Amino acid sequence: MGHEPIRSLELRGITKRFPGILACDHIDLSVGEHSVRALVGENGAGKTTLMNILMGLYQPDEGRILINGRDVRFRSPNDAFDHGIGMVHQHFMLVQNMTVAENVALGMKSSHRSFRLDIAAVRKRILEVSERHELPVNPDALVWQLSVGEQQRVELVKTLCLGARFLILDEPTSALTPQETDELISLLQKMSSELSIVFISHKLHEVKALSDTVSILRRGKIVFEGRTENHSPADLAALMTGHEVELPRVDSGSAARGGAPGLLSIRELRVKGDRGNLALDGVSLEIAPGEIVGLAGVSGNGQRELAEALNGLRPVESGSIRLDGAELAGGSAGDVIREGMGYIPEDRNTEGIVPSFSVKENLVLKDIGGKEWSAGGFLRLGAIADNAKALRERFDIRCPSTDTAAGSLSGGNIQKVILARELARGPKALVAVYPTRGLDMGAEEFIHKQLLARRSEGVAILLISEELEEIMNLSDRIAVIYKGAILKVVPGKDATKRSLGLLMAGVADE
Amino acid sequence: MNAGSFVLNILILGVPFSVALLLAALGETINQRAGIFNLGCEGIMAMGAFVAFLPPFFLAGTPLAGSANLIGLALAIGVGALLGVLFALVVVTFRAPQGIAGIGLQMLGWGAAGTLFRHYVGGVTGVPGIQPVPVPGLSRIPILGKVLFNHNPLVYIAFLLVPVFWYLLFKTPWGLKVRAVGTYPRAADSLGIRVSRVRYQALALGGAMAGLAGAYLSLAQAKMFADDLIAGRGFIAVALVYFGRWNPVGVMGGALLFSLAQALQLSIQVAGINFPYEFAVMLPYVLVIVVLALVRKAKMVGPTELGKPFDREQRI
Repeated sequence: MGHEPIRSLELRGITKRFPGILACDHIDLSVGEHSVRALVGENGAGKTTLMNILMGLYQPDEGRILINGRDVRFRSPNDAFDHGIGMVHQHFMLVQNMTVAENVALGMKSSHRSFRLDIAAVRKRILEVSERHELPVNPDALVWQLSVGEQQRVELVKTLCLGARFLILDEPTSALTPQETDELISLLQKMSSELSIVFISHKLHEVKALSDTVSILRRGKIVFEGRTENHSPADLAALMTGHEVELPRVDSGSAARGGAPGLLSIRELRVKGDRGNLALDGVSLEIAPGEIVGLAGVSGNGQRELAEALNGLRPVESGSIRLDGAELAGGSAGDVIREGMGYIPEDRNTEGIVPSFSVKENLVLKDIGGKEWSAGGFLRLGAIADNAKALRERFDIRCPSTDTAAGSLSGGNIQKVILARELARGPKALVAVYPTRGLDMGAEEFIHKQLLARRSEGVAILLISEELEEIMNLSDRIAVIYKGAILKVVPGKDATKRSLGLLMAGVADE
Repeated sequence: MNAGSFVLNILILGVPFSVALLLAALGETINQRAGIFNLGCEGIMAMGAFVAFLPPFFLAGTPLAGSANLIGLALAIGVGALLGVLFALVVVTFRAPQGIAGIGLQMLGWGAAGTLFRHYVGGVTGVPGIQPVPVPGLSRIPILGKVLFNHNPLVYIAFLLVPVFWYLLFKTPWGLKVRAVGTYPRAADSLGIRVSRVRYQALALGGAMAGLAGAYLSLAQAKMFADDLIAGRGFIAVALVYFGRWNPVGVMGGALLFSLAQALQLSIQVAGINFPYEFAVMLPYVLVIVVLALVRKAKMVGPTELGKPFDREQRI
């Protein structure tokens, strides 16, 4: 280390251009000692780029970085580490097939002896740090065997082991379950008495809970700076998106549904998981036309297997899936699509689109062999282009053109492409898996509105999500899945975060 | 010939056969652990075999003849490392697709070695080559002594390099960096490790090993040079790395298995056993394919970013 502790850190006029994009536009930002600064903005606003510049990963095109009033220049992350700056990246920077200790050793240059890696010293340091900050980790565990929450903890420990006194956290909660998120927030609250923290997020209740001051970035510019306590989440949301944001809510009214056979009817479904275990063990669920059923649960309790089985992507051991009377169990994905099922998959980049195909091609992918888009073995390019033009407008897909590769769009716009394709087909039922994961509020609002609009058109919707708020806002009924079975189904209007949280933990009786 | 001496013969033949494969595959293991697969291994081996052959050929009868083999080995290692760096320039710095670049390097090495050989040497000529040095004491152990301790020094060196490479990969800081840049270069980069530099180093070492493997063929095994001396061993070496799950010990197992099968098919032919020789020649290759297909695919072992160039500023 050998550098004095950071009492103040200032970015002045930082500008960074990528081909075709001005990611950071003359940004000024200063952070003091022992404080938590939230950096808020929509996807693509330039938050991560700015922090990568601070870490020495990117070089700014213009601007200066000052520590304690003096100019510094970071050519590599090593320079940032030397000043005690560390970053927990949004995508975990952990090598999966190495142990926790090896991952820490990678950055801990003091353990690099000439012909030997001093792994014992690394292990000792990890245990020191994990004890001091109450972050239990096992140094000898292989990273790929750890849960996402544990990996997040390893990232924190790693960064602290490397001597960070100034911590940058890039959307640290985006992959965590609600419980893990609460734990992390309270942990960070404790740590903020010793460290300076820059907290990047677009989840405003977390920003409220944790930060002292907040800066809002929009399209590469700081548009607002102030004390967090003086502003409501709604204010911040409006500043972030540039317009008032109000997440819509379902109006279930008094219609008491349930019991009657649904439009989408799942009976005693048994499905095997990847390891040959029974991932779904007798799941039954009825979804009526014009109803949204939210499936709540900690991920890994069978949600993925259910979604895949419903869409013909995973073989069904026993049980039935009926859509409007037609049996889907045992059918191929093609059969399911022809029966009128819509699907918003969990991983939008690998399952939802073909990233190298253009937007317009992705928009017709499910019906490409049909008369509408092809004739006599040739694609009807005109019809495909017209379709893309119409959907782009209707779903507000922001892309340079419909010939752009879909994979190059932002997460929110990729999700809109998928949504447009699925909804334009006029599905009878829709399975939406984590539809807003990782998206900013503007995109989230749009997608929620679309789901509610389909609901009022009579589509049966299964919404699988980990975000309790999302589930509670949108669902007529909420089913809680636990260890491959539906633990309980409750009316949406009766659900509370606490009661759902207990159910998700497997506690059925209150 | 009785069954016992038949088997013994296979073992005595098989061990030295495995050396060229082992040396090249150890180098390729380092390449692939760093995220680069070098199909040009074959070409580097050809150049290594050729340059190693030159000193014994030209220095015969001069005062330097005594150290001609050593000079040849050093030349092969040096040229191999240079070709490794050349490959790094193409696939690391310019981010060319590794498969195509590797085939290019293979053809360059093979073609250059053959052309230069015809221009400067001409016809097929033998060299004295590297002679066997029995290990004192150990070589007199019954059976084992003949199988393991009655070879030329490069055989011993190759097998001693197996634990050395294992230690290098799993117990040294450099090995840690190599594994990190091959599995998740972005993570290594975020910790201040220079991904390109580590990949250059890995390719230089891998190239040096391929050069040495080629030198073994021309100086120790065949004691001559010819166009098709390498005969696909470079490609087998690449396959052996997968076979050995990117672990030097597994790679050694693969090299031995393949070479013993090779020795078996030769012995079958020599012994005049009534078996179609075409099938015998196929045997080692079929065996490798069958074992590769049957081996359980272990999860989370190898370099997951194998074959992908790294660009820090590429948006994810």
